[in-house]
Amino acid sequence: MSIPEAAPTSKREVEQVETVTIRFVGDSGDGMQVIGSEFTKASALAGNDLSTFPDFPAEIRAPAGSLAGVSGYQVHLGGRTVYTPGDAPDVLVAMNPAALKTNIQDLRLGGMLIVNSGAFNEANLEKALYKKNPLEDDALKKNYRVVPVEMNTLTQHALEGSGLSSKEVARCKNYFALGMLYFLYGRPTEPQVQSIRAKFTKKPEFADANIKVFQAGHAFAETSELFVNTYRVPAAKLRPGLYRNVTGNQATALGLAAAAKLSGRQVFLGSYPITPATEILQESSYFKEMNVVTYQAEDEIAGIGSAIGASFGGAIGCTTTSGPGLALKSEMIGLAVILELPLVVVNVQRGGPSTGMPTKTEQADLLMALFGRHGEAPMPVLAAKSPGDCFYSAMEAVRIAIKWMTPVLLLTDGYLGFGSEPFRIPEEGELQPFAVKYQTTPNYEGGKFMPYLRDAKLIRPWAVPGTPGLEHRVGGLEKDSLSGMVSYDGMNHEKMVKTRAQKIANVVEDVPDLEVFGPAKGEVLLLSWGGTFGSVRASAEALHGKSVAHAHLRWLNPMPRNTGEVLRSYRKVLVPEVNNGQLALYVRAMFPGIDPLQHNRINGKALNISEIVAKVNELLG
Amino acid sequence: MSTTNGTTAAAALPTYTKKDFESGVDPRWCPGCGDFSIINQVQKLLPSIGVARENIVFISGIGCSSRFPYYMNNYGMHTLHGRAPSFASGLKLSRPELQLWVVTGDGDALAIGGNHFIHTMRRNLDIKMLMFNNRIYGLTKGQVSPTSELGKKTKTTPYGSADYPFNPPALALGAGATFVARSVDLEGAHMGVVLKSAAEHRGSTFVEIYQNCPVFNDGAYTFLTEKAVKAEAQLRMEEGKPLLFGKDNRKGIRFNSQSAELEVVTLGEKGAVEKDVLVHNPRRDDPTIAFMLANLSNRPGFPTPIGIFRAVKLPTCDDLNWKVINSAKAKHGDVSLRKFLSSADTWTVE
Repeated sequence: MSIPEAAPTSKREVEQVETVTIRFVGDSGDGMQVIGSEFTKASALAGNDLSTFPDFPAEIRAPAGSLAGVSGYQVHLGGRTVYTPGDAPDVLVAMNPAALKTNIQDLRLGGMLIVNSGAFNEANLEKALYKKNPLEDDALKKNYRVVPVEMNTLTQHALEGSGLSSKEVARCKNYFALGMLYFLYGRPTEPQVQSIRAKFTKKPEFADANIKVFQAGHAFAETSELFVNTYRVPAAKLRPGLYRNVTGNQATALGLAAAAKLSGRQVFLGSYPITPATEILQESSYFKEMNVVTYQAEDEIAGIGSAIGASFGGAIGCTTTSGPGLALKSEMIGLAVILELPLVVVNVQRGGPSTGMPTKTEQADLLMALFGRHGEAPMPVLAAKSPGDCFYSAMEAVRIAIKWMTPVLLLTDGYLGFGSEPFRIPEEGELQPFAVKYQTTPNYEGGKFMPYLRDAKLIRPWAVPGTPGLEHRVGGLEKDSLSGMVSYDGMNHEKMVKTRAQKIANVVEDVPDLEVFGPAKGEVLLLSWGGTFGSVRASAEALHGKSVAHAHLRWLNPMPRNTGEVLRSYRKVLVPEVNNGQLALYVRAMFPGIDPLQHNRINGKALNISEIVAKVNELLG
Repeated sequence: MSTTNGTTAAAALPTYTKKDFESGVDPRWCPGCGDFSIINQVQKLLPSIGVARENIVFISGIGCSSRFPYYMNNYGMHTLHGRAPSFASGLKLSRPELQLWVVTGDGDALAIGGNHFIHTMRRNLDIKMLMFNNRIYGLTKGQVSPTSELGKKTKTTPYGSADYPFNPPALALGAGATFVARSVDLEGAHMGVVLKSAAEHRGSTFVEIYQNCPVFNDGAYTFLTEKAVKAEAQLRMEEGKPLLFGKDNRKGIRFNSQSAELEVVTLGEKGAVEKDVLVHNPRRDDPTIAFMLANLSNRPGFPTPIGIFRAVKLPTCDDLNWKVINSAKAKHGDVSLRKFLSSADTWTVE
């Protein structure tokens, strides 16, 4: 592969690129998340579609310069629809040897490596377990466009006489890297200067320093002859409207708050901090004026218990967690099933079993969501497909929980929760309110109230404390099918088990039919669920023109009515998942005769588009 | 206060009788169970506390005591083992205007539910917890409980328990409860007074009720309730009165400032006079003396205190939360969804 030599400034050309993926990597304390999100904001303002994903260690601060302490942020921006944060970066910004070592293998061959060569001293090389300086290695220069920049020294020069300590000066170097990127991608610098001012309002000396360094980085990239070209990513054709960026966890919190507004009822969120779900509780605790009450309970069980208690009182009880917490909550979810009270459980999946890989993504809680309770305890299960979709999924989970008087499990994952994308803010009136009705009068002969007397859809009434005359008791013991009082009668139990199951089956009236992207019948159907939507849709687009279609399941229970029909319209069904084949197993059980092929990666990362495409091509023969 | 309840409160409270609080379901406790006496006192109390029947909620976990809500004609939840405080906490925060009672037992509250117990106490949520302490697992037919005595022989400790028991009021005090009391199933009148004070207290309220289990731990409290020993064995704590006990109230509890301990004195002996005796004050901010009193029941040669150990006023967790919520609502007014969703860096796509 030939790598072009650097060109003099005068000959520099502006190259149009449709999409680009940039990854910023450095030590946990180097501020990679900061510059990553700042560059993302600038790209959003420039009209790009985008998708981002941070990658940070489970330890808050692993030893400086160590391999374990590398933190990263990847952004994929494009002039067309962007579905994922990108398979392989086109540009890697590496701030130290450890960051280079842990990320270089992902950089696309021929991609650009901007590296802080100043950090490649003996001590850092040793911490990264390099025997010799990789920047002097010919292989590196052969495979990539290496741009070594003495960011440490250049930052120091920029801040000479600033009065900051050398430690404080060193902290500014991330903005040097950001300044270079702004020049390379032709971003206007003024909004960034404003943003730094806003960020450091309380410490103006740091604002000045970071602005100086940012501008120095920009000027350096412009005047040095290290860069052959500059790049422009055109604006994407996005649906017109007002936009903001959201991570999946933010969007989930916003969706729950929106549900409070649309239903006119209090949302009560009782949770316990757990990675990667914590941000939902954090965000929500600011939404007091939106009728959201938050409660950080003493443990996972108390979190969901408080939510069920609030639901008994007429609020929309919600709880948020991740795998280990879901396991702890399972007895409580069973109680919500038998009580038939509305409840939303959000599970932001992470690598398991046990503590597993808290900061890494996985889709391995599907079967637990569907079946992980003792006794016959069915409940609706849905999964969000993108960070922005977490908003709509959370609202839908609430709507279903209230309408059907049932707990609902919403699955997202670490990839969606931490990932971000532009989110079009719905216009006023665009979102439909959903009514909540409490029972306020007796519903049975003799002026009695029967809490388990059902309507035609098998839904029971919701009567809340404070309503005179409807005083009643609910509990975890099997209950009489009308009065709700304790019943040990076997036939009554069988009736109740079947009734509860039928009620959840009836939810299918709210589940839209499965839509197919691509040919309505043919060779291969890609079937996905949850957070893999982006990777699989991008793969299907890449396979355009071939006999390949894509269908995505938002609802896992109940499944759309036409699921079997869709699956039978293709010779082969391929289920790509970030687990060992859970949807595939479920499909085999639900649709006898269909034996889906599997594509499973369980490496803590989103699915790679190129791998899915290769797999499909192999199937097509 | 804004609530989730769409209905408005009734103008005047009906005149209730005890019967209004009976659900009509016959209690299924064993004949002679102490629980009958407790529910009787609670049903006698509720007509007089000035709270509408529909605004009272009983929440329980699992165990004999936890069947309680089924027999009360209020709103009620029979939940999971040990978890009743968590439901009550959520409901109280969500609907602070409701009066919440948690009914629990020694196993439910202190073994499987120990974590919820201490956190409910320390938060000072306005929740009233009645813990029936029979020092045994009754519903599972006779296993050692966290309040069983050291050496207790049960089905799971055939050679005697090697576990030291909890002292529930001491635990509640240590966890920060603002109201801590103890009564006895057989002492109906005493229990009635304690329960009334509990009903009136705002904040985390813990009442331990010694309760006899005639089937699996019969006679657990005869050392305290038998006529012959009662006067010597019980220390009745009454606010503003000296801590006297024994036949003709001849004994008293004195604070020994040398050893910094409580000690028993006999009036008229070794120069002890009534003014040396500690005057009971459950309203001290510092719970230290209350804690010392609670621990008397562990000490040989001391009487077992019954009555109110502690009753102090502190802003409740629910009040503090709603102060913040209401001020946020007052500050922002009715926020449109669009405005709420737009409160971030935004940009327009044409």
